[in-house]
Amino acid sequence: MTAALGHRREKIDALAARAGQVPADGGGVSLTKSAFRRLRRDPVAIIGAVIVVVFLLVAAFAPLLAPRDPLEQALLSQVRQGSIPGAQDGFPLGVDQLGRDVLSRLIYGSRQSLMIGVISTVLGAVVGMALGVLAGAFGGWADTLVMRFVDILLSIPGLLMAISISVLLGQNQYALMIAIAVTQVPVFARLLRGSMLAQRDSDYALATKALGVKRSRIVFTHVLPNSLSPVIVQGTLSLATAIIEAAALSFLGLGDPDISRPEWGAMLASAQAVLSFRPQLAIYPALCIIVVALGFTLLGESLREALDPKFRR
Amino acid sequence: MLRFIVRRLLQLIPILLGLSVLLFAWLRALPGGPAQAALGERATPEDIARYNDAFGLDQPIIVQYLKFLGRALRLDFGTSSRTGRAVTTEFLERFPGTVELTVFAMIVAIGIGIPVGYLAARRHGSWIDSTSVIGSLLGVAIPVFFLAYMLRLVFAVDLGWLPGSGRQDVRMDATHVTNFYVLDGLLTREWDAAWDALVHLVLPGIALGTIPLAIIVRITRASVLDVVNEDYVRTANAKGLANATVRRRHIIRNALLPVSTTIGLQTGLLLSGAVLTETVFAFGGVGSALREAISNRDYSILQGFILILAVMYVLVNLLVDISYGLLDPRVRVR
Repeated sequence: MTAALGHRREKIDALAARAGQVPADGGGVSLTKSAFRRLRRDPVAIIGAVIVVVFLLVAAFAPLLAPRDPLEQALLSQVRQGSIPGAQDGFPLGVDQLGRDVLSRLIYGSRQSLMIGVISTVLGAVVGMALGVLAGAFGGWADTLVMRFVDILLSIPGLLMAISISVLLGQNQYALMIAIAVTQVPVFARLLRGSMLAQRDSDYALATKALGVKRSRIVFTHVLPNSLSPVIVQGTLSLATAIIEAAALSFLGLGDPDISRPEWGAMLASAQAVLSFRPQLAIYPALCIIVVALGFTLLGESLREALDPKFRR
Repeated sequence: MLRFIVRRLLQLIPILLGLSVLLFAWLRALPGGPAQAALGERATPEDIARYNDAFGLDQPIIVQYLKFLGRALRLDFGTSSRTGRAVTTEFLERFPGTVELTVFAMIVAIGIGIPVGYLAARRHGSWIDSTSVIGSLLGVAIPVFFLAYMLRLVFAVDLGWLPGSGRQDVRMDATHVTNFYVLDGLLTREWDAAWDALVHLVLPGIALGTIPLAIIVRITRASVLDVVNEDYVRTANAKGLANATVRRRHIIRNALLPVSTTIGLQTGLLLSGAVLTETVFAFGGVGSALREAISNRDYSILQGFILILAVMYVLVNLLVDISYGLLDPRVRVR
């Protein structure tokens, strides 16, 4: 083990190890079922789930929900130096500095923001899990090699890493997603590896091995599915971080330069110029980011409790 | 203990080497290559050829890497393509500001976070508890730069109570010895300069401190909740120790172990990650330098600063590990 970051890693590993524990009273109900049952009874989980579902629906049906075209500079003629028209008939939240309807931009922005969050998290999770499986299933030198690499990635603070990658790849939405994804990779890799190691020595893995099942089959049909719960929890929590991080990169001028796609982070960043006389332009997109991030965090935290045998009642 | 420290130090070597390889690869992959990156966008082909020659960029890649490593070890990261000054000089000039800001932010986070987390745990289930849980969730969900905007707008622009940009009033004719402005004021006995610099830390410090504050509240709460249910706390109570003694010697002491780790890690993160807050408050520390380097495409600065900051982050983590070993003997044997 390497010195630095020992604690961050220990935390990940502790989470991973819990996946291995089997509940004392399964009561003949599958883990997933009992987790869902507890999740349904948890008010925190319900609030989180409702927030997430509402925003997903808004994103999915944006063209139907948005009262106007988010790009149309409808009230541009009324925008003056130092004054931007506020809420009025047909424009419930007013317009931005280019006279575009803020509500419609927020609604369309949910698509872009959620998509960046989801794609970058999925990308980070897939690459991280591939590394994790490599290390966790084979052990030995593959494990050492992969984990050394992961340690190096963990030793760079997330935002600095995202900045370096954005600078390298240029400014477009794919670069943004990749930059955020890379910061997520090491967490997923470590998490899955730890959780697979805990499963590898379990009785059922030993039993399948004794039955002469091929190693690839043991790994992919037995060990891997049983190791996934910490990854699912982390994935939900990572969605929140990814959306906030995307906003931060936008703010630093490393976001998506395509103005035909409204996005909350970019809206928030561009509101800086008019903050002193129309702070609402910053507050609305920020509220969206905060609520969505909160939704994913609440859902993730309650998922963690639901899937964690320690909390099983 | 010494063996523990030496072992941890040795384990640093592969990480640092790996970091240098990554950064070297990053420089190569930059648009236009390292020469263009170092000289800036307006470099002529002759400039680039001269640079390639001088830095041996026509040599085998492994030789180039070793040279890069050699320069990095001598803390030579080239010169800023914008100001023409050495990257190390720029860094040293900017870093004290970031340190002051980090210290201020951590004092806020620790000073509020530990008592609140402790109270929340002791009054488990009360309104203090639920407020602190909700607050700590919100603290992590709010984009830092948005909070910074709002603080600046309300307290600096609208109310005018506190300064909203810079590290010191520009009209203040202060002497700077160490570039730690608060310290400078104290050293030179220019009390008003020290006070002015301190006041400039308040808003960015609060903005920067919210994330560590939220995390410290959470960890303290969870950790105190864990500890109060331990057998040794029950034993201490059962044998009739005064509540205050149990609290001080048994609960707080054990509960603060994980908190101290968190504090260390967060300090490391703040030292490297104040880019957003510093930008909003035009603070003039390392973070705003990075922001400027991004918009100027000043790759020498980016490269040097990122390497120094990453190494610093690794070292702070090492210190956290070592202090943890000091506080908790069980860690040493692993």
